[in-house]
Amino acid sequence: MKKQDVLDTSNLDEQKLAELDHRIESIEGNVEEALIDILHQAQNLFGYLPYNLQRYVAKKLGLPSAKVNGVVTFYSLFSERPRGKYTVSVCMGTACFVKGADKVLNRILGLTGTEKNVMSEDGLFTVQDVRCIGACGLAPVVTINDKVYGNVKPSDVDDIIRRYKKGDEYAD
Amino acid sequence: MKLIDKKITCYVNDIELEVEQGTTVLDAGKKAGVDIPTLCHLDLHELGPVNQSANCRVCVVEDDNSGNLIPSCSQYVYDGMRIQTDSMNAVMGRRTSLELLLSNHPRDCLTCVKNRNCELQTLADDLNIREIHYKGEKMDHPVDDSSRAIIKDPNKCIMCRRCITMCNDMQTVGVLSPLDRGFDVVAGTAFHLDLDQTSCTYCGQCVSVCPTAALAERSATPNVWKALNNPDKHVVVQVAPAVRVAIGESFGYNPGDISTGKLVSALRRLGFDTVFDTIFGADLTVVEEAKELVDRIESDGPLPMLTSCCPAWVQFIEQQFPDLLDVPSSCKSPQSMVGALSKSYYAETAGVDPEDIIMVSIMPCVAKKSEADREELSEAGLANVDYVVTTRELARMIKEAAIDFRTLAEGAFDSLLGESTGAGTIFGTTGGVIEASTRTAYEMITGKELGTLEFRQLRGIEGVREATIETGDRKLRVGIAHELGNARQLLEAIQRGDAHFDAIEIMACPGGCIGGGGQPYHHGDISRLERRAAALYHIDDISERRKAHDNPLVKKVYEDYLESPGSLKAKQLLHTSYSAKERI
Amino acid sequence: MRIDTREKLSEIKTANSGHKKKVSLYVCTGTSCLSMSSDLLLERFEILIDEKNLDADVEVVRTGCLRFCGQGPLVIIEPEGTTYTQISLSDVDEIVEKHLIEDTRVERLYYEDPKLQKKVPLADEMDFYKKQKRIALRNCGLINPWRIEDYIAQDGYRALADVLENYTPEDVCNTIEKSGLRGRGGGGFPTGKKWFFTLREESDEKYIICNADEGDPGAFMDRSLIEGDPHALIEAMAIGGYATGATQGYIYIRAEYEVSIEPLRAALSAARSYGLLGSGLFQSGFDFDIEIKIGAGAFVCGEETALIHSMHGWRGEPRTKPPFPSQQGFRGRPSTVNNVETFVNVPQIILNGAEWFSSIGTEGSSGTKVFALAGSVRNVGLVEVPMGTTFRDIVHVIGGGAPEGKAIKAVQIGGPSGGVITEEHFDTPIDYYSLNDIGAMMGSGGMIVMDEDSDMVDISKFYLDFTQEESCGKCPPCRVGTKRMYEILDRLLAMEGTPEDLERLRTLGHNIQTASLCGLGQSAPNPVMSTMQAFPEEYEAYAYRTKRTAYEIDLSLCIGCTKCKRVCPVDCIEGELRGAHVIDPESCIACGACHEVCPKDAIIEP
Ligand SMILES: Cc1cc2nc3c(=O)[nH]c(=O)nc-3n(C[C@H](O)[C@H](O)[C@H](O)COP(=O)(O)O)c2cc1C
Ligand code: SF4
Ligand code: SF4
Ligand code: SF4
Ligand code: SF4
Ligand code: SF4
Ligand code: SF4
Ligand code: SF4
Ligand code: SF4
Ligand code: FES
Ligand code: FES
Ligand code: FES
Repeated sequence: MKKQDVLDTSNLDEQKLAELDHRIESIEGNVEEALIDILHQAQNLFGYLPYNLQRYVAKKLGLPSAKVNGVVTFYSLFSERPRGKYTVSVCMGTACFVKGADKVLNRILGLTGTEKNVMSEDGLFTVQDVRCIGACGLAPVVTINDKVYGNVKPSDVDDIIRRYKKGDEYAD
Repeated sequence: MKLIDKKITCYVNDIELEVEQGTTVLDAGKKAGVDIPTLCHLDLHELGPVNQSANCRVCVVEDDNSGNLIPSCSQYVYDGMRIQTDSMNAVMGRRTSLELLLSNHPRDCLTCVKNRNCELQTLADDLNIREIHYKGEKMDHPVDDSSRAIIKDPNKCIMCRRCITMCNDMQTVGVLSPLDRGFDVVAGTAFHLDLDQTSCTYCGQCVSVCPTAALAERSATPNVWKALNNPDKHVVVQVAPAVRVAIGESFGYNPGDISTGKLVSALRRLGFDTVFDTIFGADLTVVEEAKELVDRIESDGPLPMLTSCCPAWVQFIEQQFPDLLDVPSSCKSPQSMVGALSKSYYAETAGVDPEDIIMVSIMPCVAKKSEADREELSEAGLANVDYVVTTRELARMIKEAAIDFRTLAEGAFDSLLGESTGAGTIFGTTGGVIEASTRTAYEMITGKELGTLEFRQLRGIEGVREATIETGDRKLRVGIAHELGNARQLLEAIQRGDAHFDAIEIMACPGGCIGGGGQPYHHGDISRLERRAAALYHIDDISERRKAHDNPLVKKVYEDYLESPGSLKAKQLLHTSYSAKERI
Repeated sequence: MRIDTREKLSEIKTANSGHKKKVSLYVCTGTSCLSMSSDLLLERFEILIDEKNLDADVEVVRTGCLRFCGQGPLVIIEPEGTTYTQISLSDVDEIVEKHLIEDTRVERLYYEDPKLQKKVPLADEMDFYKKQKRIALRNCGLINPWRIEDYIAQDGYRALADVLENYTPEDVCNTIEKSGLRGRGGGGFPTGKKWFFTLREESDEKYIICNADEGDPGAFMDRSLIEGDPHALIEAMAIGGYATGATQGYIYIRAEYEVSIEPLRAALSAARSYGLLGSGLFQSGFDFDIEIKIGAGAFVCGEETALIHSMHGWRGEPRTKPPFPSQQGFRGRPSTVNNVETFVNVPQIILNGAEWFSSIGTEGSSGTKVFALAGSVRNVGLVEVPMGTTFRDIVHVIGGGAPEGKAIKAVQIGGPSGGVITEEHFDTPIDYYSLNDIGAMMGSGGMIVMDEDSDMVDISKFYLDFTQEESCGKCPPCRVGTKRMYEILDRLLAMEGTPEDLERLRTLGHNIQTASLCGLGQSAPNPVMSTMQAFPEEYEAYAYRTKRTAYEIDLSLCIGCTKCKRVCPVDCIEGELRGAHVIDPESCIACGACHEVCPKDAIIEP
């Protein structure tokens, strides 16, 4: 990759950048301490943290890009790659694991034709594993965007994913 | 931590010791005659930062009171502490850490640039590792050979973080950071960009402390061999001041032993057609720079004038302070001056087609490799310097050519660009450039001859130094910084309007070029750098001529060719320009 | 109004005490219930009560976790305590109609005791609740976490008022030390002592930090405490701030807990608007405020030095100790780091006295401990019991044993840093010392029950996968070592291991434990080491390759329906319609798909 690609922010929505600027400018106190928070906000605005956005944040905060990238790549909730319309999170906490969450995960990966954390080709899904969302009573738990599915068996998955593929995610 | 001057008692392997509060377990061990192995630890004392991340776990010892293993490099002795450095747990802990590192390492020592100079390799021997019990996945990163100066092979990285400490804490360039986490963690650049796409200054300080070959200079030797063996080429070589007080270390001499003569002989044996001295270029730089300074003083600015002979520093200001680009002197570095004159003045004088000249520099420096690539540093499509070889690389070439360095006779530089003064010599150490320039500027400004030549107030090892020098009725305010972090401090003060200097010398490396990224490895022993610096001052002391403008060849070049300092021709050949670069 | 005197506090308490209406309907909006849409239930209840003009007599209370999460969504109707479980939206109308209007009961929504196979209408009569004792969870489920007045009605903020009026900072530290409260975040360090350490440091600024990172996968105590009773945490931190000399508090919470952050923010601003945070609390000279810091997905940030680095905005990498956070913490200043559960005990200790607290539990382990009970157990939920309760009581009585009458093989405590407790130790009282004696540790409170079907080698691999992914990567024992252990387990499970691998695991595990930089690495091998000790035969079966890895069909049960054959992804089942079916053990990848579809349960798991 070339330096120029990282410096060039022309593919980032200007309004969102302005919004981000605004948030950065309103930081009170130490800007470095606010880095993680700003990255959350940037990710919320843009959906993920492409390199040029990271460097943009770095520049705004007066930090080396390497440092910012070091932080982004440390935390699993930050994504450097675009995410699908639906984020499918399979809980791989212990309670869910002992109840077969790994099988559920594999099934979902198979159905969406993806690897973990890589957006599916149709742009619909990003499948990830998460650690305990605190709903262990319902293990195994899968969430798709904000919707939670409890007591999921591998055989339930086909139906759920098919619904999202068809676009009627709200049909139950 | 409060350090109170208080003695406390501890026991190392049951040997009772009295140590000062604030002593590390490592140092206590040394006092007891136990050399606890270390790997990530690096302490440059007054010259630089401490890498005290305690991450390699190779220095662990057992604290008998708690039964825990503790890293001796970064834990302090407490009163009544009982340390076992050789308990089963400690030894096994150390060995395991090392074995695990090695299980994730290419282990191709035979062909590795660090062979016999590698701390990891040495440690494996010291700890008597004869088998790696663990097998499994290894790191698999692309090797970055994008730059002309540095090769970065992350597969050999053991994540000691020394480079990160140097690049961030000492140099404040911030090109390197730990990336990712867990098994994938690596010392890398933002977004895994190739080094030549980053703001790297190529100061090489990461290289000089990397215990393995994860960071190493990019070797120019194959090209140089090719040139030497090409009968159509006229190969000219020049040697920087700091090389002659360091290269001996590669052949069993003590740090600071001066081997100028042997060095010249070795170069001739290697087949170089002409051997020039970069110190000549330094002398010329002094004269040009002093002229520029006087001009700037007379025409009210811009002041301060910053020296420009360190290419890492030039990169740094272009990237980090693009608004201050009018302050560095427009003088080329000594190597480029010698290069430019070799391909013009010398070519004409010797009757060689400049196109046939290959200019090779022997430098203590990694950044000079990339300096040679700067577009600004070429004339009519011909680069001032073609290849830059570091001190370490030259030592390897000498060995490769089976030359017995120790028995070589004392050779002499070729005349024309081979005469030097003590002034240009001390360019190799922090404060030297400005001291040399002051000697000349003083006489230029006052028109009087200097009494005492040494400006002791400019010498020393503190990161930032200042002095005021009486030059007639005008006081010359001089600043000195070595290491880029210190330079940043100075520049920020200038930006804020808090600092008022006429001239500032900046060197990127700790101690100046004697601590350059291409020098024989100091392995954390900074007394080596001090001895190299002392040797340069010694050469100056015993030099017949100690002022750059007294260099007869410098005078001759002006007479024959350049007319006068600051002339149009001098401007054209010996000066350069800078351009702002976006920082990554 | 600014509450700056005890009188004002009492006023609010009186105004909000007791059941305001005849009937109170507590709807759980803890995470687990919420994720089954209990917010919609709540809304529906409110609408119906309004429509039917019941609002004079009935109040709907939105609560935090009612603890019996496995039976959620849950509604408890007071005064009598009728508990309805697993409610769906369509049940709401019936409850309103029958319970609230006709005053009959909807028995089909009662919890059914799995052992007695009998319906139990009241929470107090359920085994799950009976053996519990609540200190930390005292208010959780009883109050509306969104209303500060509800908290004040339960004596909230009185401890703070007491402390500011009658205690010196030393007094507070002393009281806490005497109570015997120990850190609930895993390490079990005496809290009073820790506070003293910070108090004694001299500095222009000090900080008090709440560790709400709760990284143990399978634990949800802290989250429930914050969601259900946020003011208890706020009050406790103010007390801690006063005791240690900190005027600024921080709550570091994992970003995954978005739902918990909301009520917490609301609680902070409520406290501020009442002057319970801010300057000059209770007209004393003590200023105190709290800020929230949000993580970004890293288990290791639960480690206190890593947490502090993360608060600085950097990679959450631990560093070597000493210096301890109480010497050099946030911004290099003395900082106290405590766990959520540790904190919420504090106001109760102040209100009821150190002796009261230390009289609960066992010698050296005072008070209660909250566990998140999950896994192969009938009653899943939050369990708070006095220290000294046995595993048997928790798993078999409170938890009701494993479903389908399966045998319980082990209990995993302490998550990825912990180990397994087997049947032979089920009568061990759970306290710091007894656990230590059997080579286990308290951990933060995750408690996962494993039944006879669990493959311990597989579970160990699961934990190592976790630690290996969550390792910060700073030191080789953990960064490379856990990877190598993982690889060995992976080889074993793939039947490619050797007996030497077992020895290798043991040595490597031991050295990782001793040589790693932080608690993550130091404890990462625990799950492997403890299961190797307790279940050596399972490891050997893999190492000597005697383990069966393929599914097999019990021919006496197979009716030849062909269902299994049709789902097998690798086509390794042979058989004709109505004929016996056979699995080719060489090709079977043990995916279990056939097992799931077989109507006759004829397929035997390996
Ligand atoms: C890897 C690791 C993860 C930890 N995670 C948590 C956590 O999620 N919550 C917590 O309170 N303590 C956690 N701790 C313990 C903290 O380091 C610290 O000891 C604790 O917050 C102190 O609070 P306490 O004394 O109240 O228990 C963790 C420790 C380690 C080594
Ligand atoms: S870096 Fe050192 S250990 Fe590694 S291959 Fe090179 S010489 Fe060998
Ligand atoms: S040290 Fe051993 S492996 Fe290396 S070259 Fe010599 S014989 Fe070969
Ligand atoms: S050469 Fe200098 S600037 Fe470049 S990475 Fe190394 S230390 Fe940093
Ligand atoms: S590149 Fe070298 S100095 Fe840097 S972390 Fe890796 S091994 Fe250490
Ligand atoms: S100080 Fe000398 S060796 Fe170092 S980068 Fe500058 S010129 Fe090169
Ligand atoms: S033990 Fe693991 S998590 Fe802890 S510092 Fe080492 S690598 Fe990081
Ligand atoms: S377990 Fe899976 S692979 Fe094996 S026979 Fe059944 S369906 Fe086929
Ligand atoms: S599903 Fe069961 S009953 Fe049907 S063919 Fe397979 S083994 Fe036989
Ligand atoms: S383990 Fe899956 S929700 Fe807790
Ligand atoms: S040398 Fe001490 S931990 Fe690396
Ligand atoms: S979340 Fe509702 S009972 Fe726990």
